[in-house]
Amino acid sequence: MSILTTLQLIPLIGSLVLIALPKENGKLAKQIALGISLVVLGAAIYMWTQFDTSSQALQFVEVRKWIDFFGINYAVGVDGMALVLILMTVILVPIVIVAGWNESEGGRWSVKTFYILMMVLETMMIGVFAATDLFLFYVIFEAMLLPVYFLIGGYGRGERAAAALKFLMYSLFGGLLMLAAVIGIYITAIGQIGGTFDIQKLSTLQIASSTQNWLFLGFFIAFAIKAPLWPFHTWLPSAAKSATPGTSILLLGVLDKVGTYGMIRFCMTLFPEATKTFTPYIIALAVISILYGAFLAIGQKDINSLIAFTSISHFGFITLGIFALTSQGLSGAILYMVNHGISTAALFMTAGWMVARRKSSQIADFGGLQRVTPILAWSFFIAGLSALALPGLSSFVSEFLVLLGSFAKYPVAAILGTTGIILAALYVLLVVQRSLHGETKPGNEALSDLNLREKLVIAPIIAMLVIFGFYPKPLVDVINPTSANVMSHAGVSDPVPTATSKAGK
Amino acid sequence: MTAPVLNYAILAPILIVLGGALIGVLIEAFVAKKLRGRIQISVAALSLVAAFAQLIHVRFKTSTTAAIGSVTIDGAGIFLEGTILVLAFVGLMLIADTDNFTAQASAIPGSAEESAAIASGKQQTEIFPLTLFAVAGMLLFPLASDLITLFVALEMLSLPLYLMTGLSRRRRLLSQEAALKYFLLGAYSSAFFLFGSAFLYGYSGSLSLTNIAAAITGPGGNDVFLLLGIVFVAVGLLFKVGAVPFHSWTPDVYQGAPTPITGFMAACTKVAAFGATLRIFYVALDSAQWSWRPILTVIAIITMLFGAIAAIIQRDVKRMLAYSSITHAGFLLIGVISLNRPGLIASLFYLFVYGFATLGAFGIVTLVRDSSGEVTDINRWTGLAKKSPVIASLFALFLLSFGGIPLTAGFVGKFSIFTAAYSGGNTLVVIVGVLASAIALLFYLRVVLLLFFSEPTSESVSVVIPSLLTRIAIGISALVTVVLGIYPNLLINLVTSYSFFNR
Repeated sequence: MSILTTLQLIPLIGSLVLIALPKENGKLAKQIALGISLVVLGAAIYMWTQFDTSSQALQFVEVRKWIDFFGINYAVGVDGMALVLILMTVILVPIVIVAGWNESEGGRWSVKTFYILMMVLETMMIGVFAATDLFLFYVIFEAMLLPVYFLIGGYGRGERAAAALKFLMYSLFGGLLMLAAVIGIYITAIGQIGGTFDIQKLSTLQIASSTQNWLFLGFFIAFAIKAPLWPFHTWLPSAAKSATPGTSILLLGVLDKVGTYGMIRFCMTLFPEATKTFTPYIIALAVISILYGAFLAIGQKDINSLIAFTSISHFGFITLGIFALTSQGLSGAILYMVNHGISTAALFMTAGWMVARRKSSQIADFGGLQRVTPILAWSFFIAGLSALALPGLSSFVSEFLVLLGSFAKYPVAAILGTTGIILAALYVLLVVQRSLHGETKPGNEALSDLNLREKLVIAPIIAMLVIFGFYPKPLVDVINPTSANVMSHAGVSDPVPTATSKAGK
Repeated sequence: MTAPVLNYAILAPILIVLGGALIGVLIEAFVAKKLRGRIQISVAALSLVAAFAQLIHVRFKTSTTAAIGSVTIDGAGIFLEGTILVLAFVGLMLIADTDNFTAQASAIPGSAEESAAIASGKQQTEIFPLTLFAVAGMLLFPLASDLITLFVALEMLSLPLYLMTGLSRRRRLLSQEAALKYFLLGAYSSAFFLFGSAFLYGYSGSLSLTNIAAAITGPGGNDVFLLLGIVFVAVGLLFKVGAVPFHSWTPDVYQGAPTPITGFMAACTKVAAFGATLRIFYVALDSAQWSWRPILTVIAIITMLFGAIAAIIQRDVKRMLAYSSITHAGFLLIGVISLNRPGLIASLFYLFVYGFATLGAFGIVTLVRDSSGEVTDINRWTGLAKKSPVIASLFALFLLSFGGIPLTAGFVGKFSIFTAAYSGGNTLVVIVGVLASAIALLFYLRVVLLLFFSEPTSESVSVVIPSLLTRIAIGISALVTVVLGIYPNLLINLVTSYSFFNR
């Protein structure tokens, strides 16, 4: 049995243990959930140490027959990209559990149910990145919406039910388009190599370009809704506003990454020709997302919506990096996914603490927190700086790589994207100024600073932001072989720099 | 002249069920009131089990025709028979809760006679023999291989159903109205079917499906007769499966009929009717596909979209499920027009899992009541999860399976049927099917939302404690839905080995 299967089984068994618990003992449920997620984290770190960074091949592979009739397998395996995303996932889960120690209370259902959903979600989040069978991926891709739906609708705030439904409908609609495309590629495979869903075998298919375009769109729209890319983003702000901070972290940090992950894993690898056809349009969408997200973030009054819009901007950067079709851009995009996960976690977490203390998520209600709650304020400030990609913090490395990689091929897009950085400084520093600095607004005088639990959980996040900012090598080493592999699959190579010779004339 | 060979062994499953029905009639007449109910249930259950046992016994019999060629036993036929028997058995567990049926069908609603019947605690149990008669007809329908036998089977399964629709204990006028409507429209559609049969006879000079197929490939023949025959026969069949534009009876009948009967009818009739439809189009009209495939494609598309869109505005759970069944009829028609082996496999699989989810869903509807009986107004189901989380979760499970969410059996069904259509070159219906699924999901999820995310109001309903049999029936349905969703191999391998028609 592959360690990837073990990783999925631990939280799944954990959820069964939780089901058996009595309803009243919420505290025990929290402790068990935390314990399980830490075990998973340990196992995943062990897997990281065993990972061979010199190889481009899938590792920890396991294949078992699942549905013979359609040639469907339970097949898992990871390359560098999947590995770092799984690592990010299993790091975020315990952090989310500790950070939101009390957010499971006061929901529609018991505390226990919250952690059951969380554990099931962790199983699926690992599975979705580990799957190397298209059908298995699709099943998890769709099924993982349900725990999130219940987490938002059952434990969220405000218009939670409507937000949950909106989230689910958008995602399912995208999923159904993808289903049609999945069937399409399967039928093509039957004609050429026999019915299979094995991603590696599927990538060897010769697909007519018109068919390729349709199938590409089926996949791409599903992933663009997930990511979310403008104009498919409208579900995100309402979901982020209504979900608990923990759910938002997992939603934006992990689930949305499935979108960008899918663009690389499926769109680029399976439909290289269509990828080239659509690249200019997608680059345009990405740039619009960067600017649109940034502009709207500036205008937000609700702190959670603000974070959601910054993420739309960041996903624009990731998409730009992916479809720049250069190895720097691709590596940058993959690295960006991880960094964005950590940075968003820091933002949602600190914002969540602020909201929980002030009992309001309106930015206007805050002010002068720097004096009242210095540690919380500093944490939020650093999280904000990581969102604007300050040099020295991890997100700078990835943003720089993305812009570098895309400038080589799409200078206009890269330049427009760079203005997104300036806008980022604006939206971050504005919210910092309004909420942390200035006079202490009435209602804020008595707010308490971070307690020990909260300090313990923000510390490793900030540490990661700084460490990977100065020393991204452990991640980059794992990622680079993957991006090289994807590049060769997509049949593209890096452009040779020509700027020097032109300058000489 | 030799005596006709009937081949009783192969016909035995049908004959056993018919025998059980006849015994049931005698029991109704002669057995003491007190014992009647229990004996009726036992006889009905026993005949279904015995028929199933006999079916397993003859499943590999080499002789494939019986009753001088008017009945064909082949893989698909056996599988359909088995599906109908299993679904009927589970349906019987729901029907066993006789509390749903009128005390005395002959008493006029609201009359003194009726109140007297209720006060005396009388309970007629003719529902059980009627169920068996219907099942016998359903078993015969997908096996029949000439047009006369098809017609006889069609009537055999329909007549008891008309009657059963009118037997509701509460809201009797609605129930009787539904029965009358079902009967009148059903009679019309039967007439159409017969009319079409006559044209096909005129075209080919034979009633047997095989000979009609031969006539189509052979020389000559009047194509106008063929076309008219196909159209009219199709009308009769499409009425039974509830496809647009012959669907208008579905919501009324589903709403008016006693809920256990609705479940039984929705599950088993669909299997039987689609079984026969598949046989006619795959065996007899295969070579004439140029003439009917475009029409059926259009009908499938309209049916899927119409059912999904109309369901959104429904306020009544049973009506909503009726429109949902129309959508599913559209999906199943995709299997018919695929006209390939994957299409047959997908259809058989789909019918099986859809049948169970339907029984489960209607089983739950029977449990949600207030003081005056079942409550089907969806707005009064709000916050059901708070009071009865298990029932609400199970209902959500069935709805998600209808919606085709992965890890439920409905998803595998939908996937296989879309795959079949795609491999038959029918990309358009796949795309429309995907769209229709998305629309359908909207109303399934709205119900889930209502059950889970709304606070119960003072108007809200409660859930009665289910009888043991109802509990088992719902449990089995849920189990099938989950297990076949996670590990469809169990059924799909079986389906694969049985999915062929003998021509």
